[in-house]
Amino acid sequence: MMLQVAHLSKVFGGLRAVDDVSLDVEQGRIVALIGPNGAGKTTLFACIAGFLPLNAGRVHFMGQDITGLPVHRIARAGMVRTFQITQPFAKLTVHENIAVGAYQKYPDRAQSWEHARMVAHQVGMEALLEQPAADLTVAGRKRLELARALATSPRLLLLDEVMAGLNPSEILEIIAIIRKIRDGGVTVLLIEHVMHAVMSLSDHIHVLSYGKIIAQGSPQEVVSNPAVIEAYLGRGSAAPAADVQAQVQHA
Amino acid sequence: MTSTLKPVPWALHAGVLAVAVAFPFVFPSSFMVNFGVMALFYAFIGQSWNISGGYAGQLSFGHVAFFGVGAYAATIVQLRFGLSPWLGLPVAALAGALVGGVIAVLSFRAGLRGSYFALITLAFAEVLRIVSNSIGITGGGLGMLIPLKVSSENFQFAERSGFYFLILVMAAGSIALAEWLGRSRFGAQLAAIRENEDSARALGINVFAEKVKVMLLSGTIGGMGGCFFAQYFLYIDPLIAFGADKSVEMLLVSMIGGAGTVYGPLVGAVLLALVSDVTRSLTQIQGLSLVLYGALLVVIIAYLPNGLIDLFTRKRRRRDGAKK
Repeated sequence: MMLQVAHLSKVFGGLRAVDDVSLDVEQGRIVALIGPNGAGKTTLFACIAGFLPLNAGRVHFMGQDITGLPVHRIARAGMVRTFQITQPFAKLTVHENIAVGAYQKYPDRAQSWEHARMVAHQVGMEALLEQPAADLTVAGRKRLELARALATSPRLLLLDEVMAGLNPSEILEIIAIIRKIRDGGVTVLLIEHVMHAVMSLSDHIHVLSYGKIIAQGSPQEVVSNPAVIEAYLGRGSAAPAADVQAQVQHA
Repeated sequence: MTSTLKPVPWALHAGVLAVAVAFPFVFPSSFMVNFGVMALFYAFIGQSWNISGGYAGQLSFGHVAFFGVGAYAATIVQLRFGLSPWLGLPVAALAGALVGGVIAVLSFRAGLRGSYFALITLAFAEVLRIVSNSIGITGGGLGMLIPLKVSSENFQFAERSGFYFLILVMAAGSIALAEWLGRSRFGAQLAAIRENEDSARALGINVFAEKVKVMLLSGTIGGMGGCFFAQYFLYIDPLIAFGADKSVEMLLVSMIGGAGTVYGPLVGAVLLALVSDVTRSLTQIQGLSLVLYGALLVVIIAYLPNGLIDLFTRKRRRRDGAKK
């Protein structure tokens, strides 16, 4: 098992942002974490990656208990996150941004810069290498987040909405890139709102609502789950759908 | 800011070094050599600020703390313990590093960033000034006078050019260090920390440790600068050693020249030395040079926010752009 989260809770004042969440991510898979806005997805990511202290629960990464470890230790162990609101090293070039990630794996300058170039090629940013990160478009910044994390040669990537704000053709490109990353041996856990991307990419989906996991399973299982439909569309929405299904079965 | 991770061409290093070596032979008058010494001295202590402030983005208003501790440590070793003043140089380096490390650990552990870090460094420097003013071993407010005894074993050169070449070696060393930062993993990590600490952490950089390391380095340089200063002027007191004006000068030469660039402090320091010598020879008004320098700073920040270095790199970038 690549990642095991057990009974994780995070409380902000009176708000249980993440409430007794348990989830497993198997090696070599693309696993999605979906849920309505404010469900606690990003908070859960931050807790897993060590950015926020937990109120309860344990996190195991590749069999090791990483609960409470500082962020950089978790990252060096091979679990690297990206940020929903992109956080580029604005005044550095794209190449330098990615090289910072690559340096974590290759201390030698020439090697890390070469590795950075290779990663840039992988995510389709080769033409932008010499651009300052500050000049990138939203799509470019999202890609840079991905590239920088990928350059550290992680075992598990936590991708926080890397498709938000992209146009349909950019989304298709990113989907292909993420698939290639998984095929290269990196396990992926992603938060995403773009449903067709989630459906086509994920092997497994966890649904978070009000801080709790309300459903999980294959994409097909999850979309037909009444609890999920209710979480997204409101109480009662699942019933007509069930009626329709019942009628179909009747006929 | 132009990227800090671009190596400077070796030919430029060679050219600057050649000019610096030739300078005292071309202008042998003691006025001109003194000008060269002061320019290189400010370039050296400016680099102390530049490494932590420009490269790692940890802006400090109290860098004089390292300088003053170095000046006092070296002088105390010489006058109170009767050791060779040359020994003062490594002692000053160690003392500067120690103070840098202590300030870094205390303030970064407390999570101080940005203006809070700047203010705490200012406070540390002020505390050191008051302490040096009130304890015995520093000579209190009277300061310490290093007796004149000219011999190179005694760190006192018959010719000013002796000091010139010593500070040239030191400044060249500090420039080499900055150049190494631009080429190394350490420098890349510092740039990452300067640009975005959360991202740096997310990629596996131990932000706290790297920031402490850079303050150790910065303190080392500042401390050595203090030792050189004491030996050059043969006198220190609390105001000279820990005066806020020197913190400001260390910061200004970097900012005016170009913070986070290899040659920023040197460019800024040459300008500072020029302004101060020209104003001093024209008028008797104390401190006018800093007024002029401040005015220059306003103009430069308004038109060249990345420092004078930008004049050269801009041109280069435009040429590079034209090639594409």
